[in-house]
Amino acid sequence: MKLSFKSFLILLMFGLSLAIVSCQQGSGNSALKSSTAEKVFVAPGEYDEFYAFVSGGFSGQLAVYGLPSGRLFKIIPVFSVDGEKAWGFNEETKPMLETSYGFIPWDDSHHPDISQTNGVLDGRWVFINGNNTPRIARIDLTTFETVEIIELPNSAGNHSSPYVTDNTEYVIAGTRFGVPVPQRDISINDYKGNFKGALSFIKIDQETGGMDLSFQILMPGFDYDKAHPGRGKSDGWMFFTTYNVEEANTLLEINASQRDKDFIAAVNWKKAEEYIKAGKFRTMKTKYAHNVYNDETHSATSTMKTEVRILDPGNLPGLVYFLPMPKSPHGCDVDPSGEYIVGSGKLSANVTVHSFPKMMKAIKEKKFDGESYGIPILKFEDVLAGVVEQPGLGPLHTEFDGKGNAYTSFFISSEVVKWKLGTWEVIDRKPTYYSVGHVMIPGGNSQKPFGKYLLAMNKITKDRFLPTGPEVTQSAQLYDITGDKMELLLDFPTVGEPHYAAGIPADLIKAKSKKFFKLDENKHPYATKSQDDVKVVRDGKDVHIYMTTIRSHFAPDNIEGVKVGDRVYFHVTNIEQDYDVPHGIAMIGANTSELLIMPGQTETFVWEPKEVGVWPFYCTDFCSALHQEMQGYVRVSPRNSKIKLSWSLDGE
Amino acid sequence: MKKSKLLMLTGSLLLLSLFVLPLWNITLEAPQYPSSLGIDIYITKMQGHNEGDIQNINIMNHYVGMDKLPEQMKEFELFPIVVIVMVILGVIIGFIGKKKLFLTWFVAMSILGSIGMYDFYLWEYEYGHNLNPKAPIQFPGQAYQPPLIGTKTILNFKAHSYPRSGGYLLFLGMFMSLGAFYVAIKEEEAESKNAAT
Repeated sequence: MKLSFKSFLILLMFGLSLAIVSCQQGSGNSALKSSTAEKVFVAPGEYDEFYAFVSGGFSGQLAVYGLPSGRLFKIIPVFSVDGEKAWGFNEETKPMLETSYGFIPWDDSHHPDISQTNGVLDGRWVFINGNNTPRIARIDLTTFETVEIIELPNSAGNHSSPYVTDNTEYVIAGTRFGVPVPQRDISINDYKGNFKGALSFIKIDQETGGMDLSFQILMPGFDYDKAHPGRGKSDGWMFFTTYNVEEANTLLEINASQRDKDFIAAVNWKKAEEYIKAGKFRTMKTKYAHNVYNDETHSATSTMKTEVRILDPGNLPGLVYFLPMPKSPHGCDVDPSGEYIVGSGKLSANVTVHSFPKMMKAIKEKKFDGESYGIPILKFEDVLAGVVEQPGLGPLHTEFDGKGNAYTSFFISSEVVKWKLGTWEVIDRKPTYYSVGHVMIPGGNSQKPFGKYLLAMNKITKDRFLPTGPEVTQSAQLYDITGDKMELLLDFPTVGEPHYAAGIPADLIKAKSKKFFKLDENKHPYATKSQDDVKVVRDGKDVHIYMTTIRSHFAPDNIEGVKVGDRVYFHVTNIEQDYDVPHGIAMIGANTSELLIMPGQTETFVWEPKEVGVWPFYCTDFCSALHQEMQGYVRVSPRNSKIKLSWSLDGE
Repeated sequence: MKKSKLLMLTGSLLLLSLFVLPLWNITLEAPQYPSSLGIDIYITKMQGHNEGDIQNINIMNHYVGMDKLPEQMKEFELFPIVVIVMVILGVIIGFIGKKKLFLTWFVAMSILGSIGMYDFYLWEYEYGHNLNPKAPIQFPGQAYQPPLIGTKTILNFKAHSYPRSGGYLLFLGMFMSLGAFYVAIKEEEAESKNAAT
């Protein structure tokens, strides 16, 4: 009995030790995973190495993430109203969303691009396109706020934009839709020849970043899908992929897919500048809004412009050439040296690469293969540099690591493929989850990529995250690209469709980030810089409240003499001068959003009281220990009331 | 020129630095203030160590009922006069070159300095104890007087009170006058030795 108990113990020990061994093996696996986790782990209080500006797609905004952690820092409102930040709701930012069609509260934001100097990211501004109502916005990277939006006339589906040239001389924007130019009442069946595609060249003021629509090149009515400026040796050129050279106007999925080859349009923008200088343009009457936000008045203005200069490429030799490219190309990417132009024929099984030097040689030797609307077509074989054979299905976009490698996304086969420039051999492929659109390497579309990480932006997530009803999250995926083989590090959810992104080393931006606005420099016409200056002024039915906020009270916080039917303007100045002390304000029944006011800033909301009573307002941003005490009242009297305007704080 | 005279002259002239450099500094540290809040005290003014610090200290302190930091003080008018007078006296004494006068200047400075520190203490006491009875945050018996010199924890803040560059140059100047006194003794001994041989 004893013996058998002993042997039982021995057996038990043996069994236990086995269990321990298998446990250790198990933890061995998770140790492998934890080393991956370490690569994306940014310890509490530490900073990420890169900023990633990820577009929100149909959210119309631009989100700021840290890489490698994938943490979301901020959503910058651009084309869509944002109640959180009062973007498009307060009086100061309403003009930013003005267009020739009036106030538009939404757009589809696709391609952020960071300003460059000598082909290298410089961290001054981010530009991003509004797709639906063609616009380009500029975001200032000292405030991380949208400071300018310019509308593009003659354009529709502003997709091949915005892309900055080597020294941010121009931000260039192409049109996806051919449209009648100028717009007029004609049959859609008259598309061919009558519809045009405008390529817009926006000149950038190097001091202020100010945008000016310098000229448009009026192209045949193909669909200009994606674009990329020349880099280095091809600086001065701009390349656009086109599809629908068939000029179909219905069932494009079939009718625009008939030709074996569409074109890459190579535009010589230095030549365009010469033609403009020589006066070879025509001036066209049109209408487009130009909206500018000023950091001193903390307010935006909207101006309607009425003219644009047009260049007609058919009559201007040397301005545009067509390079045949197989099968409705989508992505158009130029490598850091500027030698290779990568076109991704989205219905092709191959990735086709053209050579800039060969293109120049063919142009010099005038080896043309006919023309289209007066624009010379080069021979495919003359400009071809090489073909990446059968790398995957549905190639879309390519970025570069600066070490001679290219990374192309494949939508249909849902993967990223790494291949070598020059030898065109495939080095590695990794799946994405699922159906990747753009990929982004910080600086990966410039002369100097920071080739450490690749961000894949997916169109579909299906089962990758916890389900949230029929609408599930969108996502991006981070890959380590420092080795021969790519390594998937991280999935993270994004806001809206992460259409494309621009990444930049944090060191190029973070020191320039503004901490607060100086009250002394506040030039808002309704600013109140001291609590002693608060007042309430009546001007007919308009009542202007000059209000201040500071921890933890509004001044004034008791207002009487407002009447039903008044328009009450709350001009609120945050007179704090400390980092990260915003104040908010919201009024019961106001048909608008809260305000979120940064230190030193003035913002205004309008309230139109409809009923008599005493109506409260309060601070919406948890500012201090006595935030909950930060509140006030407005008394509203009948229209015929004789009560005089009065205001007070603590009875004074 | 004799070494002692030179020391005395330089020492007294060092006081002029007080017109550009802060004499003293009080720094407040708390987790929500990663770059801390500081008051630089000059003989003519108080100034935020970072822009906005004075306003931010005032905002914080008003919750416990403390007064705003003073923009005007009679000290800011008096101190510059005292410093100028002592510099002039020091320079004159330096040229005269009598060792007893060196010592007198040092003693006078020490007395003035002590009075100054006492005055500073009185102001700190008043600043930390004179509380608005309607203050939103009240802790019975709690006072908010910063330390005269050294470090002290006040609620969620750590308060540091130490001399700054101007203060250190002031001390250096004073010790140079004391040094001038000792060097003068040595010089006299040497002279009398020379005279004897």
